Amino acid sequence: MSLIPLTVNGRPTQVAAPPMKRLLDVLREDLGLTGAKEGCGEGECGSCSIRMNGELVNSCLVPILQADGASIQTVEGLAIDAELHPLQKAFLECGGAQCGICTPGMLMAATHLLESNPRPTLDQIREGLAGNLCRCTGFVKIFDSVAAAAAMGGNLKYAR
Amino acid sequence: MRGNPESHELIGAPNLSAVLAQLSAAPGQWTPIAGGTELMVAHAAGRLNAPKLISLWGLSELNFVRIADNAISIGGGATFGQIRKNAVIETDFPLLSKAASWIGSIANQSRATIAGNIVNGSPAADAPPALLVYDAEIELISARGARRLPYADFHLGYKRSVLQPDELVLALHLPRRFSTHRQYLRKVGTRKAMAITKAALAATAIVEDGVIAEIRLAAASVAERPVRLFATEASLIGKRINASTIQSARDALLSEVRPIDDIRSTAQYRKQVAANLLEEFIHELSPEPSLA
Repeated sequence: MSLIPLTVNGRPTQVAAPPMKRLLDVLREDLGLTGAKEGCGEGECGSCSIRMNGELVNSCLVPILQADGASIQTVEGLAIDAELHPLQKAFLECGGAQCGICTPGMLMAATHLLESNPRPTLDQIREGLAGNLCRCTGFVKIFDSVAAAAAMGGNLKYAR
Repeated sequence: MRGNPESHELIGAPNLSAVLAQLSAAPGQWTPIAGGTELMVAHAAGRLNAPKLISLWGLSELNFVRIADNAISIGGGATFGQIRKNAVIETDFPLLSKAASWIGSIANQSRATIAGNIVNGSPAADAPPALLVYDAEIELISARGARRLPYADFHLGYKRSVLQPDELVLALHLPRRFSTHRQYLRKVGTRKAMAITKAALAATAIVEDGVIAEIRLAAASVAERPVRLFATEASLIGKRINASTIQSARDALLSEVRPIDDIRSTAQYRKQVAANLLEEFIHELSPEPSLA
């Protein structure tokens, strides 16, 4: 077991875990943050996408030792209390979520995209979400949701 | 998740020297792990045959892109996200930039390192064809010292290379003399994103007065390792671009490549695609619209 300090959604914390335990499992089992989902477990489906030190990563591929001291942002950090993030609102309004398994990963990949590129083209949205698979809605409504959130603009950075 | 994290030891190290000392003290005992885009997949599936791992993630001595007048050096720990965002790589080595941009997804590019892409040894890897046509050199380091060799000499066979158990990839060195070359890179896979290559071709060339003065060709998924296509290159050097040159180059390529049938494609399809990619590149070089 190693004692790993890290900051999750702005709150400093620490976990005692075997160093090869996946960040995804630490989030879900040790920290009770079940937003990130395990889909493929191979870094292909993106349902476990989170941000680590500002980079989009698949949390199923990160051994917890490598998150030592890292700042982690999960989907739970997007909404502020009852107030949804513009991306979450847009996913609701545009029908971008159906079963919900891919949604947290889609939201994190889209957050990552819009922070560096607030007005992406459709091609850029498609590339930004290329590592996130959906098997319900098809991708068009999801791309529409991201475009709608981008059009809302402005307050995309108020995540805590 | 079928792997058990408690059955693997994973340690960190404060710096590169400490990692090299650890590798040197027990060669072959420790498996280096950087972004984990290969090893963590095996771990989740319960097939990671590595009881002891040592993390390279975050080591500043491996994570750099250094720009000099005549060459650039890319640290083994540089991620494809860093590589594709580098402005000098984009202008001087656009094929590497392009390869970096289509490796997996954004989330893979933020973790996958160029050294990992190389030492993993897959014949389908995305970066090697570009590195091969840029005459890259690879620098390896161990507690015994560093050594530098042409990257074309690195891979020996399927998942076999000259890398010793106590060595790491320190850097790739690329000479800055290709920006005036005509360049080509195309990958054929099942879908545009996240796909593993069925066949890919990288090429650089100089054409003078309609004659091919210089040409470098390298391919993925057409042999047991990433390969320069020296025989095919030889068939093109000094040739005028016309239909018979294209036909003889296709023939040379078809006799030079050694693809296999596997889960992703067939040998026959790979040969056909590789020859078509070569033909597409030669057409691009042609000054005559009838051939283009």
